[in-house]
Formats: sequence, C-alpha cells, structure tokens
Amino acid sequence: MRVSIRVNGHPYEHEVEPRLLLVHYLRSVLGLTATNVGCDTTSCGACTVLLDGESVKSCTVLAVQADGREVTTAEGLGSPEQLHPVQAAFREHHGLQCGYCTPGMVMAAVSLLAENPDPTEEEVRLGLEGNLCRCTGYHNIVEAVLAAARDPGVRR
Amino acid sequence: MIPASFDYLRAHSLEEALEQLGAHGEEAKALAGGHSLLPLMKLRLATPRVLVDIGRLAELSYVRQEGDSVAVGALTRHCELARSAVARAQAPLLSRVAAQVGDPQVRHRGTIGGSVAHGDPASDLPAALVALGATLVVVGPSGRRQVPAEGFFRGFLETDLGPDELLVEVRVPAGAGQVSFQKFNLRAQDWAIVAVAAARRPDGRVGVGLANMGSTPLRALAVEEALASGAAPAGAAALAAEGTEPPSDLHADPDYRRHLAQVLTRRALEEVGAG
Repeated sequence: MRVSIRVNGHPYEHEVEPRLLLVHYLRSVLGLTATNVGCDTTSCGACTVLLDGESVKSCTVLAVQADGREVTTAEGLGSPEQLHPVQAAFREHHGLQCGYCTPGMVMAAVSLLAENPDPTEEEVRLGLEGNLCRCTGYHNIVEAVLAAARDPGVRR
Repeated sequence: MIPASFDYLRAHSLEEALEQLGAHGEEAKALAGGHSLLPLMKLRLATPRVLVDIGRLAELSYVRQEGDSVAVGALTRHCELARSAVARAQAPLLSRVAAQVGDPQVRHRGTIGGSVAHGDPASDLPAALVALGATLVVVGPSGRRQVPAEGFFRGFLETDLGPDELLVEVRVPAGAGQVSFQKFNLRAQDWAIVAVAAARRPDGRVGVGLANMGSTPLRALAVEEALASGAAPAGAAALAAEGTEPPSDLHADPDYRRHLAQVLTRRALEEVGAG
C-alpha cells in the first residue's frame, strides 16, 4: 500500500507492506535510527515517537496507520548545535547512562510536558511509566524532565 | 517480531467496515488502535488474513451524556476517556480506570472498544463495565443490538461479538457516586495481577467488578449482596473470591489471587464508603 507520512517535517511517500511496523519504516526505510527497538512488546518505550504530537510506541503501530499523519523522532527535535530544551536538560543533568532508552525517554518527556507543562516529580514519574531504563538511571532522568519543565523554550 | 502477512482494508464508514468484515468472515479482524491485536499478531498468536482498519471512523469517538446514561463511542481512546469532563463528572469510574490502563503511550492509542472486544479478563476497563452494569451496543448485518456487559464476556479472549459485527458504543448509568479502582501489579505498566473496580451506582447499590480472577471479568455478586443486606466492608470483602477460579501464572497462584481479591475489595469498599 502507498503511504504518505510526514516525518520530522519532511513529506515521504513509499509503497509498504501492510505488516511493516512504524519503527521499521523509520529505521530501515528512512534510515532514521535514533528510534531504538528494545523489547518489541509495547513495554519498554525505547521506540517511542510522536504521532501527531502524542507519544506512541512505534513497535505497535503499523506504518499504514500513520498514513497521512505527522511523526516526530528524536532527529526532528533539535540538532547537535541547537538541542531541544528536553535534550539539553538530559545532557545538563546527565539523564542517561548507557543511552539506549534515551531517545524514547526524551520523546515521552516531550509528550508529557506538552500535556502537563508544570508537572510535579510524581507526575513526571507516572508520566514516564511507559519507559524502562535498563541501567535504572531514573533519578537523573526525572531531574532532567523537571529542569526542562522550568525552561520556557520547552513550551514552544 | 513481524506479523504474518495480511491484506489491509481501510473503512471510511461504519457501513463499509461491516461490508468488509462480512465479506471476509472469520478471516478478518477489525483494527482500531491495535494495542490488543498487534501484540498478538506479532507473536503470531493471531494471524488474520485481512485487517479492516476502523481507526479513522471519527464518528465513533465521543463521550456524551444521553438522558440517564453516559455513552462512550467504541473508538474513544483511553487518554480521551481519562480527561473527558463528562466522564469525570458522570462516569468517574471510567475516567479513573482509563487513566490507569497501560502507560501514556498505550493510552494514546488504545480504545475502549478494542479493549472490550479483545475480552482479556486481566484488562482494566471490562472489570469497570461489569461493576457499573454497562450495556454494550453492537451492530451487524441484522442491525443493532444491546448486550449487558456481564453477558458479553464468554471466556478467555472470547466475547459475544460475531465475526461480522462491530462493537460501536459502551453505555453506563450516569452518576457522580464514589468510585474506587484498586489495581495490584509489580511494575507500573503491567497488567493487573488482580484489580477491583467498585462504584456506588445511581440506585444506591454498590457494584464490584474483578479483573484477572477467572477467564472473564467477573462481578463480585456475593460481595454486592452482602452489602445490600447490611454487611460491613470487611465482612463483605471476605466474600470477594467466592465462586471464582483464578488463574495461575508467573506472578501469582490462585490462593494468592483470592487473598488479593479480598484485600483489594475491602480497600475499594472503604473508598466508596460502602456499608
């Protein structure tokens, strides 16, 4: 089936098999490899991207379901020269250890802050319940999200 | 993990979806948010030859009060139900439970209709529907029919829904009474090992639903009747596992689940101010 999906602001059109998962469309068809495959069972959140601005686990979305819609991956948030405020906060507060969960954590945090711009620590922890850090580095991740929430740039 | 191949059909209207399902019978499955179906397909526990994508039928996404009922369209996502002002005011158990399904990403995709049609006894919303005495609205080639939630769930992943039918709406009695949802699990996003949903219904009676205490969501009738006869919460809750055959898995054996059902029911009854 032919799909048109806007990814990080760029329109793409491809013929895809209906069973192609969105995460594989992003990684293998578009070559956007920031989005990781972790558990592949809708649990770990490493594959989290934004679909029309809301966090989703791209291992559990078909590319055909994203047809006509807008996807944002970590590549689309900021650039190495100009990080998105959430990315900058993760770097500043060392919100990562091995880094595998980080793109998913960042995308989940962006979605969380879009829905709740001024979360409490508990709301951040609950808001990230769909993302697992295999290093158990949650403390600094939560610190980073709280710091990002205080950054006016995050509300753009 | 990649699902087995299938043909993908996108429905642009309810009528078209019913035609497509009718044409392919048992070989077709309806796809809404995909958060029950796609995981099964990735594990190849489900291998439908045809998927009928109903996910774009916007007319099936709503929460509204209709007389003394609250009507929820089958394609209403969990995140929408959780923040719906109508649900929070007039069906607070539904918004409370919807806010605890899975995790935020799951709630952005999963729908109430998908969760109910999937018929997993460990799911959160079906237990709430049983507690509330909900009615499920089903359409098929012979028209529209209404099924009480308790009669809808037939067995493990088995419901009253025919292959050529669609669940289109969930209706619950409107009411602002106290509610409680007690979900016990080990990790935040896990399925409930046991969950208890309770609500004071508009008629004053307390309804209690159990998740993961059998092959279907269950109504804790013995608890409800004890309360109606004047029992205190602790006494009524002791009957929570009566007549159940809870499953055994990695997390818990049946005895532990019976124990959990009693403890969680007592907490739920105390929260709704029963007895």
